Amino acid sequence: MPDIILEMNHITKAFSGVKALDDVNLKVEKGTIHALCGENGAGKSTLMNVLSGVYPFGTYEGDIIYKGEKCEFHKIKDSEDKGIVIIHQELALSPYLSIAENVFMGNEQTDIKGVINWRKTRSAAKEILAEVGLEGENVDTPVNKLGVGKQQLIEIAKAMTKNVELLILDEPTAALNDEESAHLLEIMLNLKKKGVTCIMISHKLNEIEYVADEITIIRDGKTIETLNKKTDEFTEDRIIKGMVGRELTNRYPLREGPDYNIGEVILEVKDWNVFHPDDPTRQVIKNVNFNVRAGEVVGFAGLMGAGRTELAMSIFGREYGQHITGSIKMHGKPVKIHKVSDAIANKIAYTSEDRKTYGLVLIDDVKHNMTMAALKQSFSNHGIVNANEEILKAEEYKKKINVKANSVNQVVSSLSGGNQQKVVLAKWMLAQPDVLILDEPTRGIDVGAKYEIYEAINDLAKMGKAIIVISSEMPEIIGTCDRAYVINEGEICGELGKEDITQERIMEYIMAHGRKGGNE
Amino acid sequence: MKTKKAHLDLQQYGMFVALIAIFLIFNVATGGNNATPVNMNNLVMQNGYVVILATGMLLCVLTGNIDLGVGSIVAVTGAVAAILVVDKGASIPVAFLVALLIGLASGAFVGFFVAYIGIPPFVVTLATMLMGRGLTYTLLQAQTKGPLPENFNKIGAGFLPKIGANLDILCLVVAAAATVLLVFSELNDIRTKKKYGFETIPVWQSAVKVIVIAAIIWFFFIKLAQYNGIPMILVLMFVIVAIYHFITSKTVAGRQIYALGGNAKAARLSGINTKRVFFWVYTNMGFLAAVAGIVLAARNASATPKAGDGFEMDAIASCYIGGAAAAGGVGTIIGAVVGAFIMGILNNGMSLMGWSTDIQKIVKGLVLLGAVTFDIVSNRRKGN
Repeated sequence: MPDIILEMNHITKAFSGVKALDDVNLKVEKGTIHALCGENGAGKSTLMNVLSGVYPFGTYEGDIIYKGEKCEFHKIKDSEDKGIVIIHQELALSPYLSIAENVFMGNEQTDIKGVINWRKTRSAAKEILAEVGLEGENVDTPVNKLGVGKQQLIEIAKAMTKNVELLILDEPTAALNDEESAHLLEIMLNLKKKGVTCIMISHKLNEIEYVADEITIIRDGKTIETLNKKTDEFTEDRIIKGMVGRELTNRYPLREGPDYNIGEVILEVKDWNVFHPDDPTRQVIKNVNFNVRAGEVVGFAGLMGAGRTELAMSIFGREYGQHITGSIKMHGKPVKIHKVSDAIANKIAYTSEDRKTYGLVLIDDVKHNMTMAALKQSFSNHGIVNANEEILKAEEYKKKINVKANSVNQVVSSLSGGNQQKVVLAKWMLAQPDVLILDEPTRGIDVGAKYEIYEAINDLAKMGKAIIVISSEMPEIIGTCDRAYVINEGEICGELGKEDITQERIMEYIMAHGRKGGNE
Repeated sequence: MKTKKAHLDLQQYGMFVALIAIFLIFNVATGGNNATPVNMNNLVMQNGYVVILATGMLLCVLTGNIDLGVGSIVAVTGAVAAILVVDKGASIPVAFLVALLIGLASGAFVGFFVAYIGIPPFVVTLATMLMGRGLTYTLLQAQTKGPLPENFNKIGAGFLPKIGANLDILCLVVAAAATVLLVFSELNDIRTKKKYGFETIPVWQSAVKVIVIAAIIWFFFIKLAQYNGIPMILVLMFVIVAIYHFITSKTVAGRQIYALGGNAKAARLSGINTKRVFFWVYTNMGFLAAVAGIVLAARNASATPKAGDGFEMDAIASCYIGGAAAAGGVGTIIGAVVGAFIMGILNNGMSLMGWSTDIQKIVKGLVLLGAVTFDIVSNRRKGN
């Protein structure tokens, strides 16, 4: 009889009516490493947030049984008190504080209440650092002087000061290089020997294959299966099959008929290289070449953090990165693009994956947001805004792509995500571009609105626009694109024609590229 | 959703209502002393420079920042103009021009550090506040420079020529013109709204609005007519307010300031040169500070080292009282002007009642806090 440390039974969690988790079951054996696999948006992080109390008891259905005891966590502190610690993808360190201070943050070493004992803090920090393989580090170093890999280890050290029994790691190696990743995996195996149980969310299937004892696969908010290293086939191919095996039924409007023609190359990017904006030694985009034709929808497939957004933003007026080299041609002619207004003038548009931060002025209304990018060119005379024209055009586009708002005077923060996304789309359609780069155009919006966005994409294609769709949802790439580039770690690792775009092929390219990178 | 008839958004006019209420309260408290022709004239004269500064400050506030240095720039520019005229024998236009250029330059100085080096405006303008004050004391050798010639003082203390013996006809003409303009613009507004199929407010509400505003205008100008007529500074103020109201509400440049304040990242990614916007907002503030500096020196007929002390706070408070959001992106020029007059009426009324300046500061602080609290709480209740 295995010793089960955690059981999550029949967990169902809905966000405003949409089920993110639907009757999910998870069983974790004590002293093992348990991996959670699934596509982006499958519900892995939501499940872990339910477990750690980010979503308090009562906001979900189902039971959490931890160490044989039924638990009701109302806040993160409740789960931490029981020894459950979650390390999120975005690290929760205070950059200017020292290693020792970060390790004991929220858990300060004191003799008298409220007064920190620095000697004790430092020596205790040293001991814990040794356990995570950071013996050499000076505990007084500010954490922002460390690389991401070491920062990740500091997070683990921090968890250990809380007497962790169940450690949850969300994409722990996403931001790490291969050496750092390997080190982290060793640390995880070490922790396992010491009896700490780990749940790990990861896209890197080769790592999972290496460290995990069991894998639970989640798809569309449902548990699909649990694989055991001892009894089941435990290969990347097997995991991928579990992750992607879904039928597609008409979720994407067809783009067929005489109106749709793929024409000349409009945008061509050659030898594109970009370095990280804060770290000039880190190359984020490596020798990328691609092109898009008139009336063509080209996908950029890849996992989160593959560098697709960075690629798009570096092309769109050098809004990302430094030491950018390479050439851009529009309609066969080389163009120089140094800032966003150059990109707009050269008829390139980009809609961000994060519409609230980069796409919209939330406190302003629909019409002002729609005309923001084209105000100077299309809605003004000698610097004076033509407000009537503005209202007319906004009304026109509101109807055209079906923005559900009371009027064009409604403030965009009060619209739903799907309608906000349509406003962003309208903004760039009004700028009359020849090339539209749509970064995660349907992230976080409901199925109906998604369909309408796809229809808008088809309309743009019909008009002969060149469209790039960046998406982490592979079905979306398959359903909408005429051609796709697969991007991994800042490089294009494959190109697929319409008939060849399948989830398996995309994943194969990514895996093959990941392995090649590991051997170098 | 059922079609709902629009109603006059009282909150939008809440500041006007507050302005009238405060005026009436003091009117009772001072036994009508604050409504005398002399005092109405004083209200304009005393608040002219705060209104001018508040229009510039509103642009800074729209970006989500403030300018702490304006009081010191007021002092520097006033001092330079006075020194040029009194000591160097320069002509008045030359002195004005030099003062304005110095204001522009100091604004560009702030703008450069804010926009192109990326120093927070709070820090840069704290520096110009200290430097400007020190520079003023050095230039004036800690003495008052004066008296200034009468032609200089006209801009701050002069009047448009009076027509008629007792009651200034010019005032009445202006009031009549303003009324016609008001009615015309309201009708025009209703017509445009109907044309585009927008909801219009009920006719009686429109009428009440127009009548109330017209009544205020007539009351104000009749009082001025009973005194010396229209002060020069009122004309200057009107021109500046009109220009900046136009810029903020009707031009691409104005829209860019709102977009920047609402979401700088989104504005940048929409092709707006956010650095340039920042630069010009602060350069403009320097220019308007110089205008205020000249006006203040003219009104006092001299330049003093302590001139403009604390004006930045009055200007900032005016913007916030007038409904601007500290986070940026929200606010209007008209709101800032109303805010400035609320502060002015408070100051004036309390002085008439013989309250000490110490008590006045307490009351002003409370009003600022109260106005912003009211704004935020009522917005929260509305659910945005």
